[in-house]
Amino acid sequence: MKQLNSILEGIGSAVLMTVRSATMLPAAPRIIRRVVEQAFIGGYTSLPIVSILSFFIGGVLALQAGSSMQDIGTKELIGTLVGESLVRELGPVMVAILVAGRVGSAITAELASMKVYNEIDALVTMNIPPERFLVLPRLLAVLLFMPVLTLIGIVVGWMGGAVVCQYVSFIHLAPEQYFQSLRQYLTVQKMFDGLLKAEIFGFCVVLIACTIGLRTSGGPREIGNSVTRSVVTSLISILVLDYFITRALV
Amino acid sequence: MKKSAAARERHDRNPVPVEVAGLSKNYGAQTVLSDISLSIKPNEIFVIMGPSGSGKSVLLRHIAGLEMPTAGTVRIAGLDPSNPETRDRFALALVFQSGALFNSLNVYDNLALYPLEHRLCSKKQIHDRVMHALQILSLEGAAQKFPSELSGGMKKRVSIARALVMEPQLILYDEPTSELDPVMSATIGEIIATLKQEFQVTSIVVSHDRDLTLTIADRVAILMQGKLLTVCTPAELRATKDPVIADFLNPQIDLKNPRYKQLEVTT
Repeated sequence: MKQLNSILEGIGSAVLMTVRSATMLPAAPRIIRRVVEQAFIGGYTSLPIVSILSFFIGGVLALQAGSSMQDIGTKELIGTLVGESLVRELGPVMVAILVAGRVGSAITAELASMKVYNEIDALVTMNIPPERFLVLPRLLAVLLFMPVLTLIGIVVGWMGGAVVCQYVSFIHLAPEQYFQSLRQYLTVQKMFDGLLKAEIFGFCVVLIACTIGLRTSGGPREIGNSVTRSVVTSLISILVLDYFITRALV
Repeated sequence: MKKSAAARERHDRNPVPVEVAGLSKNYGAQTVLSDISLSIKPNEIFVIMGPSGSGKSVLLRHIAGLEMPTAGTVRIAGLDPSNPETRDRFALALVFQSGALFNSLNVYDNLALYPLEHRLCSKKQIHDRVMHALQILSLEGAAQKFPSELSGGMKKRVSIARALVMEPQLILYDEPTSELDPVMSATIGEIIATLKQEFQVTSIVVSHDRDLTLTIADRVAILMQGKLLTVCTPAELRATKDPVIADFLNPQIDLKNPRYKQLEVTT
């Protein structure tokens, strides 16, 4: 019962924070510098790791598909499988999981330590709403960088698949064939759906990170607990949301 | 430059009175403050003294509007401090025990944050205001430093400078001399007294520093176990006959009958 209460309180706080942040939207032009700064911290610095992960995920997908499809004589469709998997599912989910672990945890740690060390109280006494100063720039930043990061991840994943197809001897599929089958079934709508998913995941990750960070109370030990809670909650939310969004889109 | 509505309404710069009436605060079954009533006059340095855990900081957080009372009221010039408009109108400033400086901002940006966020004046005026505050607290050289590069004493001074930039009518100090050496404590005491004289501001100081209290206070409240024992002047406090207060002000070390053993018996 206590845990259910805590979950409901958390959801209530997240909704309240979204509403409060939305009411601060007219202040967006004033916080552009902070939005860009957060987009740089969250997005640009995540680029290398997103690229490495995507390259290998694309490669592994091609490898797995190659070994199975070779047997049934459909290896020309590896491009379609890798392309669609990355666009519709793996790209957005993988980038969101990475953002939860890298960006969400950092946001929670920062806001939780600000809460524990009275910086949030200092903002309140100065009549500077934390939603405007801390939450809104992060939410806008994630909305900016999430589709870009996902798009880059998807393209690099395709490349990884192409490299594996060309150089692994038992597949040996020319890049032209690979990309031709990739293009064959890929539509703008599917691409849009994937990026929409990424946008929703990113927004939820940052919202969860901010809510848990700002609800932290107690001593420094609670900062660590909050970070763990934030990452776990984000991961669960991504996978649960993924099902429902996919259900709505297919 | 567009100002916030509340900033436009900030019509006078006079120090404000604070009224605390029947204030009680419970955290679950634990009573932290019990029926506290205080009347703090404008431009007064009012010190709230008491041992650790007596509820001083909780009382200060209520006056700052950061906590909601279980019972009773707090009013700043008749207005509720938990209302953002009240805080904006009187530019209520709180100097935290830890300093509570924003670690991601340098000293200059920490000070400039309030006027910038509230669009109180032009960037040139904000610069002048910040540099003036830094000058008053002899911190000109620290403008570009980050809080992590500052000593404890400097952090407290930056925190006071940040409050000063707000041009407050009420400053609340939470343990301003804790963790400081005696010289730095005396310096902070001098700063608090000077700010009161030069800037006409009501000051409420929470402290268990006897020397600071007896030197700078206009009046002192003694708080013990969440209850208000007395409100008096420093002279009356020095001459007190109350054994509890006298023991708190001048504790004697008694090796034959140590206090910790008495505590063991009572608990």
